[in-house]
Amino acid sequence: MAGLVIEREILIEAPAEVVWRTITEPDQMSQWFADRVDLVVEPGAHGYMQFGDQGGPVVVETVDPPTRFSFRWNHPRGEEPVAGNSMLVEFTLTPEGSERTRLRVTESGHELLDWPDAEKQRYADEHRGGWAEFLDRLARVLAKGQPG
Amino acid sequence: MTAQADDQLWSAIADPSRRRVLDLLVSNGDVSASWLAGHVPFSRQAVAKHLAVLEQAGLVSRRRQGREVLYQVEAGRLDQATRAMADLAAQWDRRLATIKRLAEAAHAQAKKGEGSHAPIQGGTS
Repeated sequence: MAGLVIEREILIEAPAEVVWRTITEPDQMSQWFADRVDLVVEPGAHGYMQFGDQGGPVVVETVDPPTRFSFRWNHPRGEEPVAGNSMLVEFTLTPEGSERTRLRVTESGHELLDWPDAEKQRYADEHRGGWAEFLDRLARVLAKGQPG
Repeated sequence: MTAQADDQLWSAIADPSRRRVLDLLVSNGDVSASWLAGHVPFSRQAVAKHLAVLEQAGLVSRRRQGREVLYQVEAGRLDQATRAMADLAAQWDRRLATIKRLAEAAHAQAKKGEGSHAPIQGGTS
């Protein structure tokens, strides 16, 4: 995936079905994400999320219970969210036994619209370590002062 | 930071090949575009394009030394970008921690037989 921004994960002591409800039911979402969530969890559904006195539209992409859920947000109001004008949030739930679930989230955006797919993939593969590694390295360098 | 500047910074560093260019600049200091082109698996034209985007976002600057143009990282701006990224990652860590707490509490309650759950929303049944 080119343009990968953030990738985080956590291990949860609950079955995937329970985790699924927590991440997809609007009244649950309002406890970990926005202050208010108006959303029907169906592919293509348009919703709205309120954060404090700000808010914005959200569009559901993938609904595949209980393993995959994704939506796009942060796109300009009035525009249809597509790659390039929005951020894609993807949740992946992987059961580890019957009572434990690994939950992974990626937030990505600003894909390389002007690059052929094969090249995007190759560069993405070369930088599989992605952000965490990049940030660690930068932090080390910055702590040492400016190079040169 | 204005929204537009934020956007510029975002898209500048979201691209893995630009991160590669930034990496090289961070570890090697002042270098020319042709030196960079010799150290990446993409064309010199691509390097020039990436440098232009990075410069536009304020992440690199250039100076002329004799007949060469040398590029360097703008440490302050890069630090700002790094912190913005780390903040975003920390925000997701907090959200995941909350999801974990909510899901584990719901599961514990269900196991005690005190709560019953609605069927999975958006399910295929």
